[in-house]
Amino acid sequence: MSDKKGALTYHSSLTLMLELKDITKRFGDVLANDHINIKVEPGTIHAIVGENGAGKSTAMRIAYGFYTADSGEIVVDGEARNIATPHDAIRLGIGMVHQHFMLIDTMTVAENIVLGAEPGSAASIDLRRAAQEIRALSDEFRLSVDPEALVHDLSVGQQQRVELLKALYRRARLLILDEPTAVLTPQEVEEFFSILRRMREQGKTVIIITHKLSEVLAVSDDVTVMRDGRVVGRVKTSETSAAELARMMVGRDVLLRVEKPDAKPGETVLSVQRLSVAVTGGERGVRDVSFDVRAGEILGVAGVEGNGQTELIEALAGLVPQAQVGGRVEFDGRDITRATARQRYELGIAHVPEDRHRRGLLLDFDLSENSILGLHYRKPAVSVSPLLDLRGIRIRAQEIIRDFDVRPANPDLPARALSGGNQQKLIIGREFGLRPKLLLVSQPTRGVDIGAIEFIHRKLVELRDEGCAILLVSAELEEVTSLADRLLVIYHGRIVGEVDPKRATQEEIGLLMTGGEKGKAE
Amino acid sequence: MSEIFNLGLLFSAIRLATPLLLAALGGMFSERSGVINIALEGLMLAGAFTAASMTWYAGSPWVGLLSAIVAGAAIAGIHAVACIRYKADQVVSGTAINILLTGVPALLSGAFFLSSGSTPQIPKEHLMPPSLIITGISLFIFVWSFMRYTPLAKSPKALQVAVTVALVPFIVFVISHTPLRPLLGQPAVIWLAFALVPISFYVLFKTPFGLRLRAVGENPEAADAAGINVRAMRYSAVLLSGALAGIGGAYLSIGQSSLFTRNMSAGRGFIALAALIFGKWRPVQTMLACLLFGFTEAIAIQLQGVHFGGEEIPTQFVQIIPYVLTIVVLAGFIGQSRAPRALGIPYQKER
Amino acid sequence: MKLLRELLFPVIAVLMAFVVGGVIVWIIGDNPFEVYGLLLGSALTWPDGIGYTLFYATPLIFTGLAVAVAFRCGLLNIGAEGQLYAAAFATAWVSIKLGGTVIEDFAGKPVSYGWMSLPAVVLVPVAVLTAVAVGAGWGAIPGWLKARYGAHEVITTIMMNFIAVALVSYFTQYYYKAPGDPIMQSVPIGAAAHIPRLGDFVPGLPQRLPINVAFLLAILACALVYIFLWRTKWGYEIRATGANPSAAEYGGINVRKQIVLAMAVSGALAGMVGISEVLGYRYRYYDGFSAGYGFTGIAVALLGRNHPVGVFFAALLFGMLIRGGIFVDAFSQHVTKDLVEVLQAIVILFVAAEALFRGPFSRFGLLKRSKV
Repeated sequence: MSDKKGALTYHSSLTLMLELKDITKRFGDVLANDHINIKVEPGTIHAIVGENGAGKSTAMRIAYGFYTADSGEIVVDGEARNIATPHDAIRLGIGMVHQHFMLIDTMTVAENIVLGAEPGSAASIDLRRAAQEIRALSDEFRLSVDPEALVHDLSVGQQQRVELLKALYRRARLLILDEPTAVLTPQEVEEFFSILRRMREQGKTVIIITHKLSEVLAVSDDVTVMRDGRVVGRVKTSETSAAELARMMVGRDVLLRVEKPDAKPGETVLSVQRLSVAVTGGERGVRDVSFDVRAGEILGVAGVEGNGQTELIEALAGLVPQAQVGGRVEFDGRDITRATARQRYELGIAHVPEDRHRRGLLLDFDLSENSILGLHYRKPAVSVSPLLDLRGIRIRAQEIIRDFDVRPANPDLPARALSGGNQQKLIIGREFGLRPKLLLVSQPTRGVDIGAIEFIHRKLVELRDEGCAILLVSAELEEVTSLADRLLVIYHGRIVGEVDPKRATQEEIGLLMTGGEKGKAE
Repeated sequence: MSEIFNLGLLFSAIRLATPLLLAALGGMFSERSGVINIALEGLMLAGAFTAASMTWYAGSPWVGLLSAIVAGAAIAGIHAVACIRYKADQVVSGTAINILLTGVPALLSGAFFLSSGSTPQIPKEHLMPPSLIITGISLFIFVWSFMRYTPLAKSPKALQVAVTVALVPFIVFVISHTPLRPLLGQPAVIWLAFALVPISFYVLFKTPFGLRLRAVGENPEAADAAGINVRAMRYSAVLLSGALAGIGGAYLSIGQSSLFTRNMSAGRGFIALAALIFGKWRPVQTMLACLLFGFTEAIAIQLQGVHFGGEEIPTQFVQIIPYVLTIVVLAGFIGQSRAPRALGIPYQKER
Repeated sequence: MKLLRELLFPVIAVLMAFVVGGVIVWIIGDNPFEVYGLLLGSALTWPDGIGYTLFYATPLIFTGLAVAVAFRCGLLNIGAEGQLYAAAFATAWVSIKLGGTVIEDFAGKPVSYGWMSLPAVVLVPVAVLTAVAVGAGWGAIPGWLKARYGAHEVITTIMMNFIAVALVSYFTQYYYKAPGDPIMQSVPIGAAAHIPRLGDFVPGLPQRLPINVAFLLAILACALVYIFLWRTKWGYEIRATGANPSAAEYGGINVRKQIVLAMAVSGALAGMVGISEVLGYRYRYYDGFSAGYGFTGIAVALLGRNHPVGVFFAALLFGMLIRGGIFVDAFSQHVTKDLVEVLQAIVILFVAAEALFRGPFSRFGLLKRSKV
């Protein structure tokens, strides 16, 4: 993608507000930032866009001193700076509003705002002065926040304004906002943008991390596009379009087309009727979703992560407390809305979870033990109850290892010792071994190497052709379009459209995913 | 019954509540910063032994008190390093400190005083004396902390100070002409302990230190994001808890008693912990809990050997009241006692 | 290689504890080598040294297993002390009531404390099961409080310790103490409830040594705990819950149930201490008999890597220290048996702060979490 856009030079002779030079950051095996270069001009609103996991937040957390870069340089106001802690960043006039608010909800707004920069003396905080200053700031930017309120009692939108005030109170000249609109309603978003514009008028610089293209176009001056830990493009907002941005954002370097015969859908296996999943705090969750999955087909759900996919799959797997679930779920014609995880499992619902470390594996257990998670209580894992059939378990683990090409092929290794791809193959082998009627599968190839991706895709298609109904959720647009026979797009907890994965273009689906409307891609 | 419930019982309850209160306030600082402190028992023992030995050597209770503070903080330092620097399980580390401090004083007393676990008797004149100055300062603090509830609350600070200063001798005069008179002759540490309640309240809720401390215990990531050094806050809180528990221990050996005996804290560190939970990690409520628990202990002592209708009254049921109450509160049967959210979790900056 | 790594930290921790302890001994003014020679040498003589070492190790095996089982479920059971007191008293009570205890009062008139006199074949199993059941029950309460109300098990188990001690001392003092007995102890249990001492059938081991068949029970408990945790579906569920509650839930496991179950099993194991102490050694309930076995159990479990085999050897080590401590008391110049507690504490600290060693060792590539 290093075309002319990438080489775009900034014409101004002004000193840059912030420049990240060749920043690299690894988390274990994952290369989160790969020689990132970002230039932010003063007095502008700069959008950083990309899919989840593209490395946007990591880059900005490095700029804020929350993470330390493995290599590279941070330049503020034209001077190379060592930003080791948020304290250093604050001193340089950098403020950050994190995606998950950094607020202490048992404290008041004023206490949260002054924390770490308290007015008054070491012996006494002058909260009265603090409240005055906060009111003044709040009025200046028209934020209408009451300093005496408890954070706990505030709406999400108000909490966000508290976060803004926190940065403004510290005299931040550069504000970094991580997915600020994710928690806002459309009306609130409009209001929020006008706040940002006011800030720009006051001479502040704003960096906004987002994946919603409509918002990028509405509010930003410059755009940096990131994908897979790299910067893939820099453009002026006035010189680009949603279609171009979408292409840069979701485009793949490696094309992974899956060769598959047409589906031969059979009976309806899963019927979801007006399913809602409430989530405490924030407005994410699933809202009023209905669809069917039939035997022998893969129903894909595309969407940017965090739009309700996790809740949808977990609710269908029986992992969400029943009080939070509304609507009706039928499996093979019977109502399973209130069934427990184990009951669903018994009926033939297998589940490959999105987060294999949190849900799918017992990392310190060996592969044999991991190969029976979920069926450990019954035959064939148990010989004479309650005794486990260790030999049998080991043999079956070896079968999974062989059939699903898990490497290294040693059932006595702890799951932790395997690479992500091999861990995933083990889980898939375990779940496929049930001969399920329905497979719930979420992000099947996240953090998985290319070879394993192909293998997993082929196995999914094989399972489909054996007559299994598959519900596939993936944030990888390429993956979901090439695997799915039918494709739903989810946005803000709702199904916003069904497209034919063979015909729809990436731009079209990308726009739906990012809250745009169908057919406006051109 | 009237010979049980009299003014003596009240004094006794206050005396018994004092070591609990000091340890509990110490525990409060530690736990408010997010570090579980079940080592209070051991920290008290450290203070008690050090105070008794140093007083015996130096012939001055003040030297003893000061060294108890240092000893308490030093032992708490071990806990702090284990928990903060090396991310040890805080409960396990606390348990180790408790075991360590049943052994160390006994070992040292065997070596230095040729006894099995106790220090020599300290002459009466070297025990913790009453101190007019500390009593006066404490009274000043009490009166001062009530000032804001009086019509004078809005008046200039200088006037408030003047009125408070003037009130102190007056209050002393009044008390000395009532049956409460013995209160004035109590060891200075008792006054100090209760004066520490408003002070702790002030520190915790009115100073930058307190705000940061609470922030670190509730949400260390948010505190970090606000530019606060999470580790430094936790270290200072744990050391402070050691110092306060050390004073509590000193009171046991050179205030209430006149020597250190093996395991002389007898579970008071755990009752202090219970009081802290019962008091919902707040200074005033914690003080009330300590008084309640001190009161039950006083009753238990008075009941010993008392016969009622020919039957001896069992003291055990009175003794377990603090523990039962704590469980009841912890389970949320009466009121909700919410611990600082990050309590017990080492702060890990990067995943 | 895996075994070596498992052994490395505990061994380092013990060595470091001995080094630190040695420095303390030296400061106090004794020769550390002499003291350690006394400490360990006296524990290894035959038959007394070994007999006593194994006797002292017995309760520690039980409490070490108790802490380990809870730990495998992600719970810290600080309440073994209370559980063993409750169980010990209960087993004494059953053995008095069903063992037909009769003692003479001041006037020499027999007073009966029992309801009936069951034969040993019935009484011993009943007494043993009582210890197990009461320990389990006392342990299950904090488990339930956590599963149902979210009350932190560390605090509740500490509180339950004090409650157990107080209640048991109440019953002893007011109902089961022999009249005029100056010691806080119950009347003797019925003779039918006595379990054999190893001296009864091990050649060369004098009958006077308190080591009894409860030691064999402890070995059996190690084996059973191993089978339970690693060979049964129940153990699998407990370990899965401890390793990753989220994944356990995904695997259809009722996490709350596992918490109660693990605490009950843990309490049952702690309760078995009563079998050794009451049925095999003192033949009565003796108030304050436990020298902090419940707390030492934490050290034992940690040092033993929460594995039955490790627990067994760690308990032997601490048993040796307790035995040797008595000799240190008697024969060394300044140092007292309290050195044992100091060593214990330092071992726990070093094991808990494992990261302390991980740093320097990983530098040599010895302990790198290799990707195999």
